[in-house]
Amino acid sequence: MSAIPIHPRATDGRSGRVSHSAFERLFRAVSLASAVLVLLVLIGILASVLSGGWPAFQAFGFWGFVSGESWNVGLERFGAWPAIAGTLMSSALAVVIGVPITIGIAIFLTQLSPPWLKGPIGSAVELLAAVPSIIYGMWGLFVFAPLVATYLQLPLNQLVEGVPIVGTVLYSAVPSGTGILTAGIILAFMIIPFVASITRDMLDQIPPVLRESAYGIGCTRWEVIRHVLVPQAGVAIIGAIMLGLGRALGETMAVTFVVGNANRLSGSILDPGSTIASRIANEFNEAADLQLNALYALGCILFLVTFAVLLVARVLVARLGAR
Amino acid sequence: MTSEAERLATPTPAVPRHSRVRPGRRVADRALSVFCIAVTLVGVAVLGWILGMLAWRGLAALSPAIFVAVTPGPGTAGGGLANAIVGSLVLTFLGIAVATPVGLLAGTFLAEYARGSKLASAVRFINDVLLSAPSILIGLFVYTLMVAPFGAYSGWAGGIALAIIAVPVVVRTTEDMLSLVPNSLREAAAALGAPPSRVVTRVTWRAAQAGILTGIILATARIAGETAPLLFTALNNNFWFSPDLVGGVSNLPVTIFQFALSPYENWQELAWAGALLITAAILLLSVTARLILRRNRAG
Repeated sequence: MSAIPIHPRATDGRSGRVSHSAFERLFRAVSLASAVLVLLVLIGILASVLSGGWPAFQAFGFWGFVSGESWNVGLERFGAWPAIAGTLMSSALAVVIGVPITIGIAIFLTQLSPPWLKGPIGSAVELLAAVPSIIYGMWGLFVFAPLVATYLQLPLNQLVEGVPIVGTVLYSAVPSGTGILTAGIILAFMIIPFVASITRDMLDQIPPVLRESAYGIGCTRWEVIRHVLVPQAGVAIIGAIMLGLGRALGETMAVTFVVGNANRLSGSILDPGSTIASRIANEFNEAADLQLNALYALGCILFLVTFAVLLVARVLVARLGAR
Repeated sequence: MTSEAERLATPTPAVPRHSRVRPGRRVADRALSVFCIAVTLVGVAVLGWILGMLAWRGLAALSPAIFVAVTPGPGTAGGGLANAIVGSLVLTFLGIAVATPVGLLAGTFLAEYARGSKLASAVRFINDVLLSAPSILIGLFVYTLMVAPFGAYSGWAGGIALAIIAVPVVVRTTEDMLSLVPNSLREAAAALGAPPSRVVTRVTWRAAQAGILTGIILATARIAGETAPLLFTALNNNFWFSPDLVGGVSNLPVTIFQFALSPYENWQELAWAGALLITAAILLLSVTARLILRRNRAG
């Protein structure tokens, strides 16, 4: 696909009307400016978190800030590690829980579903993606968290109490239902529709003739998926999953509702914690001085991590699109 | 093409029941189907559960007062969401009013003027990254840009924060839709002597109209429920905002956030009512967008 060359100079000589070509130049310039604005926004975001966070990085050193474990407003000592660990843990749990479900839905939609069911289920998945994150947060806090407390935390506590390692990771000191695992599950539900619809599109792009020849030599559905579809779309699916991971890392409102907002890092995934985004959301408006800088610095770390993940994801997704 | 038709007629090319397929292969095949159907049911069930819960708690809390009365102060009985609803409408409108021209022109630049250029691929890539960028960082950015320097929260800052979230959506759909317009249309217009700007505004924009409109509606749906970028920009409060939008502007998402986490029962009820209103509006917008797109494709 190549565009016909559109260039202001092409009309300049022929029409010869000055006002006319001035408008051409203006229209092109305004379009260009709008496109450049998109670039500037990203640079502006980076500049604002970097300049805002600079004093905190200076006070504690970059690694000192990243690995610091205490977050004490009174003593003005700020370390990012509990929030970073909470962010990584909840997002990792979201991916671990969400990916099998996502791939299952995508396979159902592209390979198994009878045609009359494809439309409704596809729309349902897309509607799930349109539900705002604050709604997931409310649902998580008022409906899901009590279930986690009653049916997961309390029985698990009795089961694992005193057991080494498992007794630490799965024991909840505060069985309130909120915590890193609950946040991970809610995040999983939030990224499922998003990743599933990309994965479905990727699977739909694979030429049907490949699939049909595999069925033709007697492959079962499992074998077709395992040996034809996965090798074809695997890289792009990993890219889609990383896009979901990028979303999960930066998700704010739903997590703030259900993560429990504890400042200390617990050894258990069932205990309350905090993420970078939830801490910024909770503290930014009341923060001043070094605490404000520390929150900006947290934002800076979040920017670097999500940007890196999204960068790799886009490269992986684009690779299939180019083929 | 016959194979395609056959595939549609027999949707599941399963293993024939009495074939001599090794049992292991058949079990793997069956397990796959069961798993996929089960997780799809889980996905649909969660959607139903969330919407059902919203309808149940939201409808119970819905009353005419919601649309008339102002959000109540702490410990005050009754109250409504009128200021938050109007505030949200204003902020969303501001956001989309800024995002539409910028996104439309940037998408036009990518599709019409700079196809294949280095700058275009850089912008396209950054735009895709911004599509999934954490919205709280956009809040921080706009706070630094528009709130800290003036020392006052404002609806303008909130509108710009929402615009920054909406722009990538508009850019992406505009570019995609413009690339679908056949080149012969552009060539025909150019051959008639139309200058580039006229080719764009009178021919390609018009041909891609429905798709571009869909993008704008989807962007509106996206920003209508955004909460994180408003926390530090538009803020929120319990009274009517001033017409110049300086100072906090009450809005539904932040009100829902604060009220849902509060200990007051009437606040929590209002949060559910607000959640129902906002979700209904957003789902209505995205269904509308899909209908426009589908009708256009069919026609």
